[in-house]
Amino acid sequence: MPTSSFFARYSAYLQAAPLTLVLLVFLVGPLIVILIFSVFKFTGFIWEPGFVIENYERIFTDRFPVTIKNYVQTIKITAITWAITLFIGFTLSYFFVFDLIRFKIKIFFFLLVIVPFWTSGVVRMVSWLPILGREGLVNKVVVGVGLSEQPWDFLFLSEFSVIVGYVHVFSLFMVAPLFNVMARIDPSLFEAARDQGAKGWQILLYIIIPMTKPGIAIGTIFVVALVASDSTISRILSGGKMGTISTTISNQYQHFQYPFAAANGIIFLIVLLLFVGGLMRVVNVREQL
Amino acid sequence: MSDATVVQNGGHATAKKEKGRGTGFYVRATFFFAFLFFLYGPIVVMGILSFQGPTGGMTFPMRGFSLHWFREVFNPSYIGEFTSPFFLSIGLAVVVMVITTVLSFLAGLAYRRGFKGSGIVFYLTVASLVTPSFLISIGIGLGFSNLGLQTNAWTGGLGAQLTWTLPFGLLIMLAIFSRLDTSIEEMARDLGATDWQRLQHVVIPIVLPGLIAVALFGFTLSYDEFPRTALLVGSNNTLPVEMLAVQSIAPRPNLYAVGTMTTIFSLAVITISFVALWLVEKRRGLTGGGGVPEAEHYGDALGQRRKQAGPPAE
Repeated sequence: MPTSSFFARYSAYLQAAPLTLVLLVFLVGPLIVILIFSVFKFTGFIWEPGFVIENYERIFTDRFPVTIKNYVQTIKITAITWAITLFIGFTLSYFFVFDLIRFKIKIFFFLLVIVPFWTSGVVRMVSWLPILGREGLVNKVVVGVGLSEQPWDFLFLSEFSVIVGYVHVFSLFMVAPLFNVMARIDPSLFEAARDQGAKGWQILLYIIIPMTKPGIAIGTIFVVALVASDSTISRILSGGKMGTISTTISNQYQHFQYPFAAANGIIFLIVLLLFVGGLMRVVNVREQL
Repeated sequence: MSDATVVQNGGHATAKKEKGRGTGFYVRATFFFAFLFFLYGPIVVMGILSFQGPTGGMTFPMRGFSLHWFREVFNPSYIGEFTSPFFLSIGLAVVVMVITTVLSFLAGLAYRRGFKGSGIVFYLTVASLVTPSFLISIGIGLGFSNLGLQTNAWTGGLGAQLTWTLPFGLLIMLAIFSRLDTSIEEMARDLGATDWQRLQHVVIPIVLPGLIAVALFGFTLSYDEFPRTALLVGSNNTLPVEMLAVQSIAPRPNLYAVGTMTTIFSLAVITISFVALWLVEKRRGLTGGGGVPEAEHYGDALGQRRKQAGPPAE
C-alpha cells in the first residue's frame, strides 16, 4: 500500500516534526522578531520599521561604559554562583557516590536534594525574607548575641541575598549531572591507583576530576545560562538594585524601548551561545545521555 | 564472575571499613546535612509563619497561632486573588504535561531510527534550554502584538512554557532510549508483531518509567514557571505570576499561606509520580519482564550491580 510505505519511510520525520515545529514557532520565531526589532529606527520614544544599525552602535559607543558595567556585574554574579554550586555539586556527588554504600540510601539522599527542583521557585525565593530580612532570624541572632548593634543590612536586598537565592534555586542543576557522571566511575580504579602508590589527593586530581569533566560542563551550561539570564530573582532579592545585563534589557522592554532591548538581547544571546557552544565542543553532551 | 564483581566493587568499601570511616567522610556527611538545612530551612520557616496570628507580620515573632492567613487566601476582597490563578496554573500544567510527554516520546522514537537533521534539532533543543527566558517572552510578546493578537496563558504562555519543558522531555527520552536494547524490538518483529503492536506491547511498557518522569517534569516545570510566562499571561495571572505580583505590591502572611499550600500540592504531585514509578517497577518484578532497571534512570550502573550482587562484604 502506498500510504503505509509513505509512513514507514518518513515516520522518523513525522515523529520529530511536532517538537521541531513547536520550537520553530516559539523559539526561532520570537528570536527572528527580536532580530527584526533590533534594526528598527528608534528615537527613544517612538520606533518605526526600517534598517539601521544605530541600536547596536550605541551599545559600543555612547553606552559603552554602561554595557561594560552590566557585563562585569553579570559575569561577577554568575562566576560566584557557579563556583559555589560547583563546590556543592562536587562535594554532594562525592558523598552520594563514594561515601554511601547502600543503593537505596544513595537514591533516597539524592532525591532529598532533588525534590525542591519540582516545587515553586517563587516560594523558595520569598521564603528568604524571614531568614535574611532586617527583622529576620539571622539578624535577630546577630543582634541578640551582640555580634553587631545594628542588624546587618548587607544580608538582604543585596548582592549577598541574590547569590543565596541563586544557589538555593539552581544548585540542583549542578548536583544532578555531576552525580550522573561520578556514578559511572568504577571504584576499582581507585584500588588500582592505590596499589600503584597514589595518595588520596592524587586520586581526586588525576582520576575523579578528569572523569567528571562532562558533568561539570553540563552543570556549568545550566547554571551559567540560568543565572546570566535571570532578571526576576535578582529584582526581588536585590530590591531592583542589580545592574546585570538581563535586568537592563528587561527594564528597557518595560519602558517600551523595544529596539534597544532587542539589540542588547541579540548581543547577549550571541555571547551566551558562544560560551555554551565552546563548552559543547569540549564535551559531547549527547554521549552523556 | 559475579563473585569477582563483588570483590572488585566491594574492594573500595572494604578498604574503607578496614581503616574505619575517614575524617573526610564525616566532613562530607556534615556538609550534606548542612545543605539539607539550607535547602529546606527557609521553606519550613515559611510554613510556620503561615500560621501567624491575624496581627502578625512577615517575620518572627509569631503573634498567636491561627488559620487566619489561610482564610485570607480565599478572601476575594484582599489583595491577591489566588483561586482562579491556581486553577489556571493546574489546567495549563496538565496541557503542557500532555503535549510535552507525547511530543518528547515521538521525537525520542525518531532519534531511535535516526533522521537527517537530527543534529540540528538536538542543537535547537539545547538552544531552547539556554536561551534567556526574557528573550523568548519578549519575542513572543512583540510577535503577537504585531500580528494584532492578544497573548494569554493559553497561547503565548503555553508556547513559552513548552520551550522550557520540551528540552527536558527530549533529553530524558534520549537517555531512556539510549539504554533500550534494540534486539527486543527486533525479536518482536521476527515474531510477526506489527509496528503498532511493537509500540504498544514492547516499547511503551519498557519506557513507561521514562514517560512518567517526563510527565512529572512537564507538569511541575509548567506549574511553577514564571520567567517565561510573566509577560505573556495577559489579564489572567498564573499562580506564580500572581504570587510575584503580590510580593511586589503588598506582601502579607497570606503569601506564606499560599506558598505553603502550593508546596504541599507539589509534594503531593511528586509523591503520586513516585508511587506510579514504584507500581510499574513492582509489576515488572512480578511478571519478570525485562526493562530498564530502576538504577539506570540515575545512571548508577554501579549501584545496580552492587544491588544485584548483594551488599558488599562488611
